[in-house]
Amino acid sequence: MSVHERRSDSEITERRLLQSTVEVARHVFASAAASVFLVDQETGDLVFEAVSGEGEQHLVGTRFPAGTGIAGWVAASGQPMIADEAAAVPQFAHDAAESTGYVPRSIMAAPVILQENCIGVLEVLDRSADWRGDLADVDLLALLAAQAAYGLELLLRLRRAETAVPAVPGDEDVHVLLQRISDRVPRGGRAADPTALKLLAVAEELLH
Amino acid sequence: MMQPPWRREQREHFPGVPAWSLATSRLAPEEFGVSRLEDVTREWAWGDADGAGVRVCVLDTGVEAGHPRVGGLERSLVVADDGADLTVVDCDPVDPAGHGTACAGVIRSIAPAVSLTSVRVLTDGRSGSGAALMAGLRWAVEEGFDLVNLSLSTTRSQFLPVLHELADRAYFRRCVLVASAHNMPVVSFPWTFSSVISVASHDEPDPMTYYYNPAPPAEFYARGVRVPVAWPGGREIRSTGNSFAAPHITGICALILSRHRWLTPFQLKSVLYLAASNVVVSEGDAHVRA
Repeated sequence: MSVHERRSDSEITERRLLQSTVEVARHVFASAAASVFLVDQETGDLVFEAVSGEGEQHLVGTRFPAGTGIAGWVAASGQPMIADEAAAVPQFAHDAAESTGYVPRSIMAAPVILQENCIGVLEVLDRSADWRGDLADVDLLALLAAQAAYGLELLLRLRRAETAVPAVPGDEDVHVLLQRISDRVPRGGRAADPTALKLLAVAEELLH
Repeated sequence: MMQPPWRREQREHFPGVPAWSLATSRLAPEEFGVSRLEDVTREWAWGDADGAGVRVCVLDTGVEAGHPRVGGLERSLVVADDGADLTVVDCDPVDPAGHGTACAGVIRSIAPAVSLTSVRVLTDGRSGSGAALMAGLRWAVEEGFDLVNLSLSTTRSQFLPVLHELADRAYFRRCVLVASAHNMPVVSFPWTFSSVISVASHDEPDPMTYYYNPAPPAEFYARGVRVPVAWPGGREIRSTGNSFAAPHITGICALILSRHRWLTPFQLKSVLYLAASNVVVSEGDAHVRA
């Protein structure tokens, strides 16, 4: 399997992780919809990356300008929060309806913080009757957002490790590999890296 | 009025030379304004105060000055990047996001006569915004505001030393930082610093009810659930979050300071503590009711 194939594997895992996060969020809060936005590092736009419930058919990939709406508040301040009676504000309702096709009464959102940076927002629209209470709801959403962030961090590390160390395909001809190593060994009396030498000695033993 | 001692330029000399000590047997300590603590009740703490004479800076996404809940600003500024440096410059009193307007409206609802200034330090979630926060906070501390509302926090450890130094500087200049606690399983600041007043939420509807938390770092709980807040376009929604708890305490601090002008930050925190809804006076001692 090539490096490229494994990278796209981790991309699929990322999609699944984000989708699973929004599915869990939607079910835990019995809400109309749940979604994850990630911040576009170039433009600062918030981009829908995964959606469960209302809008799941067409919202993925949709963008919002930085700093707009409740998701914008949360991305800017890094603080989880809830906005209730949102639909009572005609301007908001109009904007929301135009972009998403659904006008929620309440929005709850928490930042996704990865390695000290807010990289996105987890949002839940119209959660069910608040038997847990608002404070417990917002805390629980924050925990879900943190869990998603930890998953994303692991994937990011995996990708970096894969890019840093080119894979040695299992079915490669050992002679080709040895030739490549031989080509890289410093010439003209310069010493090879001691760690590399030790590893080569280990490889020699293993090949016996 | 003469510059009070705590706003004076710091002496330029090698630390400790001459010593910080004072030979009080020969030199009388200089005079300064004092607000003594009496038996602290809510009546004593703020009574019918309205925040007049107290200057508050809201470091946030900007503030829409014309919003009915905000009722005007003393000044509106933004941290601008002129290519080489971050500078704080005047700007139109607008708030594209609405977060700062919501916070300013809460402060005004508690302290109607307070003077509000907005410094826009937050624009979006992009990395690097912490530098604007540092520049804005440094400006606010130097400018001599009595209170700075920080309904925000940063998780970026690179800013920790600078922020710590700024918070200490603010404390000694009697510029009280009121910061919202961060309800996320990540390390963030400045709300975790002992030099600031940190605020998390309780879920009762009374804006003047607040509690002392005997297990800090979140030292106080103020109204933070379904708070009526300003929304862009002169409208209002109900919102939940520690972001809206902090401005309640900022407003209450403004009331206290407008009545007791010379309280130091440590006195102010003591008054806040003694007037908290769960702290009662019993046989001369204040304690948290079990």
